[in-house]
This record gives sequence, C-alpha cells and structure tokens, in this order.
Amino acid sequence: MCTSCGCSEGGQARLTDPVTGKTESVADHEHAHSHALDHFHAHPHEHAHPHVPEQGHGHRHGHEHEHGHEHGHGHEHEYKAEVPLTGLHSRMQGTMLRLEQDVLARNDRVAERNRSWLQGRGVLALNLVSSPGAGKTTLLEKTIRAVQAQIPIRVVEGDQETSLDAERIRATGCPSVQVNTGTGCHLDALMVERALQKLDPPNGALLLIENVGNLVCPALFDLGEAAKVVILSVTEGQDKPLKYPHMFRAAQLLLVNKTDLLPHVDFDIETCFDYARRVNPEIELLRVSARTSEGLDRWYGWLRARMGAAGLRVAS
Amino acid sequence: MHELSVASAIVELCDERARGAQVRRVRLQVGALCCVLPDSLRFCFEVATEGTTLEGATLEIEQVPASSRCRDCGCAVLMLEILTTCACGSMNLEPPRGGDRLRILSMEIEEVA
Repeated sequence: MCTSCGCSEGGQARLTDPVTGKTESVADHEHAHSHALDHFHAHPHEHAHPHVPEQGHGHRHGHEHEHGHEHGHGHEHEYKAEVPLTGLHSRMQGTMLRLEQDVLARNDRVAERNRSWLQGRGVLALNLVSSPGAGKTTLLEKTIRAVQAQIPIRVVEGDQETSLDAERIRATGCPSVQVNTGTGCHLDALMVERALQKLDPPNGALLLIENVGNLVCPALFDLGEAAKVVILSVTEGQDKPLKYPHMFRAAQLLLVNKTDLLPHVDFDIETCFDYARRVNPEIELLRVSARTSEGLDRWYGWLRARMGAAGLRVAS
Repeated sequence: MHELSVASAIVELCDERARGAQVRRVRLQVGALCCVLPDSLRFCFEVATEGTTLEGATLEIEQVPASSRCRDCGCAVLMLEILTTCACGSMNLEPPRGGDRLRILSMEIEEVA
C-alpha cells in the first residue's frame, strides 16, 4: 500500500522470471509523477478572487472561454487557475471543483504507451481471457509447440498466486514471465509494461498475455493489446455470453474449447454462438479442443492472419 | 471486484486534486455499458476512502445510457444495459454509441476554517 495516498492498486503485484526464479514487485512508476504534483501548493496565487461556491465555478469557467483566452490551455491549466489553494480561502465552506476526468485515464495512458511500443517493435499482442479452468494454459502450450518454429512467441502469465503456469510455459522452451496480482483480480497496463521490459520480445513476435481467470474484471482494463480472445469451455454452459456480456462484447474472437467433451455435456454450440453474436455481432467464432488438437489448425490460421494484417512476416 | 481498483483510482485522483482539503462529495458519471456496478462501487468507495481526505464523502453516481437504433423497426433505443430489447421486441440493434465512459465530473471540498 502506498503511504502517500493510501491506494493499494498494484501494491502487492509481483513479477517472476521462471528461469532465474527472481521475483520483484511491480513498482508503480506513475505514482512518483502523480505525487510530484503535490508540491504545487507553494504557487503564489493570492489575488483575492471572489470565489463563489457551487455554481459560481461553472459560471466563471464559461466566462473564461467567452473572453477568448485561447492559449490552447488544456483542462489541466484551466483547472489549476481555479483551484482554491489550501489555506487561502479559509472562510469558504464548500467548493465545487470541476474535474471532468476519466477514472481509468492512468491505466489507459500506460496501455496506449504499451500499444505504440508494441507496434513500433513489430509485435502482435493478444489478451487471452476466460474463467478459471477453461484451458488457457493448455491451449498456450499446444500453440507454442505447434507454431514457435515459424513465429517467435513470448508469454505473460497472469495469476493471483504461484508460478505454476509460467513453469508449464517454460517447459515448452518459450520465454515467459509470471505476474502475480496478489489480491488483484486482473492484469493492468502497468504490470504488462513491466513484463514487456523483462521479456524484450523481438521484432515479428507474437505476445500471448494470459490474463487472470475471470470473465468480469479484465474486460475493463486495456493492456495495450491488439485484440482480446475469450476462451469458453463446453463444461461451463452455453449461456455464458449472456451472463458475462461485457467480456464477450470486448473480445474479437471466441474460442469454444474442450469440444472433445461435447458428447458428455448439455452444451449446444450453435446456441452459444448465437448468444455471443447477440452481444457482439462482429465477434469471430472457432471451436477447438486443446487436448485432442481438434480445430487448432483454424486457430493457428487465425493467428497467422492477424500477424499478416498487422504487417508482420510469418515464416512458412 | 474490479470496482475496488476503480474506487482506488477515484480516491487517488481526487485526493491528489484536493491537496489536503477534506472532500465532501464526488460526482461520477458511469456509462451503462462500462461494466461497473454502482452498488458495488459505493461499497468499495467506502473501503477505499478510509483514512484519506475522502473519508465520509458522498459518492453521487449518474448513470449514462448508450443509444442505439433498432434494425427492424428503425426506432431509437436507449440502452441501460448491453442486452436491451427494442419496444417492438427485436434484439437486432445497431452497435451502441456512448455509455462506455467512467468519468469524475466534479468534487466538493471543504476548506479548513
């Protein structure tokens, strides 16, 4: 937990290199920047504005625009001019400050930074999401063994605890890094940024990010990936797309996994696809069994097509 | 429980801007499609504000619908959730517009007298 502001986000997140076994905490770069702003209160801004509480602020705001102060000021600047600084307006009893700020701006900023870094490097990043136990890691192992001769693959493994999944990936010979989110239920852009620094993926690589098993929270957090792939196993129920619509809406591809179990479960795959399309008419649909390899060629084809669309060369 | 990350982000942003002043009220705009449950967020906000300048502050949540159009009858449809049905009964809607943001509009701070 950060002692400056009390926030706990990312506080317990850790990064592990499965080769060396070395673990480090995901330090919060952004944080240092945000607290630097705290020193702003020394600003000499004492000319006694008749600060009117509540609506007065909105009003004054409007006036500033009417007088044509067009210095290309962003919101930050206008805001700073308006801030009643601590101790200077001691008689005021309640001041409305306009913030107009996106709550996830910080995550989105880092995600954009990741995205342009990945693009510049020529790396295709996919964010793999599912419930726990849908078969993400098995799918990754199969995928790596099948295509790593043609496409260099790097993996970011997200789990709340343990490096078990990174160990499984390591056994395939593919470089990976484990991110443990501690109490966190999803990866965020900052964790991925740190993982990228560690992994240093080469030009033309495919980066597979295995998110924490969770069909809710990862939908909200952009990591800088090119696309989200949602994996749903046939043991989970065909109505998952309707129950967790946000994730299916955010994904570009739905992989229905464990199709080898279809004879044993009440799962109608066409109904599931209909539900997914109802939530997201653009979603692409594939059926696979990571265990028996049924349908995996189409998944590899999809990967190659995405690499091609991103302008990346794939060896044949 | 990503609402806790969201609540922590709100507290962090507001605390930074308040510069030591006590925050009484935070006004938030939550898009209907942005995957945040207002009740869960209120609960997490209480937890996240403990021991900060936002402790005890009221969280006002304004929900913003998305808008769409029915591909069958052409009617405009306001979406309060992803799975919305048009008044004509059709679920064949155009991709939604708006309703996907999560914004802090303003906050009310109290000055130390």
